[in-house]
Amino acid sequence: MQTHKAKRVEITIEAVMERRLTAALVKAGVTGFTILPVLGGSGRSGQWTREGQVSRAGGMVSVVCIIKAEKLDPLLDAAFAVVDRHIGVVSVMDCEVLRAERF
Amino acid sequence: MDGIFALAVNNLLSPIILFFALGLLAAFARSDLSVPESVAKGLSLYLLFAIGFKGGASVAAHGIDATLLLSLLAGAILSFVLPFVAFMMLRVMTGLSVTDAAAVAAHYGSISIVTFVAATSVANSAGLSPEGYMVAVAAVMEAPAILSALWLIARYQGPGGKLEAGLLQEILLNGSIVLLVGSFVIGVVTGADGLAMIAPFIVAPFQGVLCLFLLDMGLVAGRGLREARDVLRPGLFLFGMLMPLTGSMFGLAAGLLLGLSPGGVMLFMTLSASASYIAVPAAMRVALPEANPSIYLTLSLGVTFPFNLTLGIPIYLTIAKVLTGA
Repeated sequence: MQTHKAKRVEITIEAVMERRLTAALVKAGVTGFTILPVLGGSGRSGQWTREGQVSRAGGMVSVVCIIKAEKLDPLLDAAFAVVDRHIGVVSVMDCEVLRAERF
Repeated sequence: MDGIFALAVNNLLSPIILFFALGLLAAFARSDLSVPESVAKGLSLYLLFAIGFKGGASVAAHGIDATLLLSLLAGAILSFVLPFVAFMMLRVMTGLSVTDAAAVAAHYGSISIVTFVAATSVANSAGLSPEGYMVAVAAVMEAPAILSALWLIARYQGPGGKLEAGLLQEILLNGSIVLLVGSFVIGVVTGADGLAMIAPFIVAPFQGVLCLFLLDMGLVAGRGLREARDVLRPGLFLFGMLMPLTGSMFGLAAGLLLGLSPGGVMLFMTLSASASYIAVPAAMRVALPEANPSIYLTLSLGVTFPFNLTLGIPIYLTIAKVLTGA
């Protein structure tokens, strides 16, 4: 089956920043993304779990976007402007999609 | 003295405190007991709705007067002022950075609505009927402290904290405040008739729901304490218990000056003594991301909240009763 190259960007960020991040992405022309809840993990501040968080302040979400390569830089610029001072991880991977016109 | 002791014992042996203790113990023992996130959210919605509506109905019964407006003003002023007191105490008692101290201070200017709900329940059980509008005072005291913290950062460290346009709106319109104030207004509008219509839902089951909610809070506080015990140095721990007592004195002065009832004075003390762990942490993550969340969350939820629930509330109740001659 014919596949097409694309970029998969995954941004794990504090839940309180979710709306700000997605607004920045939309402004940068990225209209397709998926938001996933994060159950827990471990980082520079130690272990963390969603269990025992009393508010959204302690939660994390993962925003996943699949885009054409030429949209990558505007997306990263927009994401970095939001993530810069906050806890979070931005990663980029190569991937392949079946319907290129959708990205 | 015997009176205070008896009150403290009664409070400690009440179902709400015992369920909180059960949650704490279960968390310390690493039990898998947990209240699902959506259930906990539902319980908190119920409590806000019930306390807001009952407060509104009480105002409808007693009428709106100048004391109500002055109480709201006093609440806002206290919320502005208390972070400065907390900040100075933190700078003297702990080695926290300006950013961390300001973030912690913001929590102590704001309020814990669960502590307020528990204190209201204790006041009612003690036969004191607090002014219904204390619910509105609680809502007013949520946000001003955040502005004080950002001012402290700007004053001591230059422009570090950022109050972006949408943040203030998010704080003022956060779900808890909207439901609390909304229910209060509906309670004022519908009055005793409205209360009679929904009393089987919001009066009788209230204590049971509060027990279940406090079980969850005990689990959350216990897990938070377990994971962040390295953060809790002696100075910080001491601050977590001294600050509520200090704050309560400001609330006491405000309540007495306003001429509130013993229950009202006690609730003003409790509001001034409590520390936020829902609205302010979220605001701090946006406005002051450099501040360490494990410090302010552990202090407000792991130290001050249990302190107020177990010892603080009986102390505030006793002082309010003695000084108002109740």
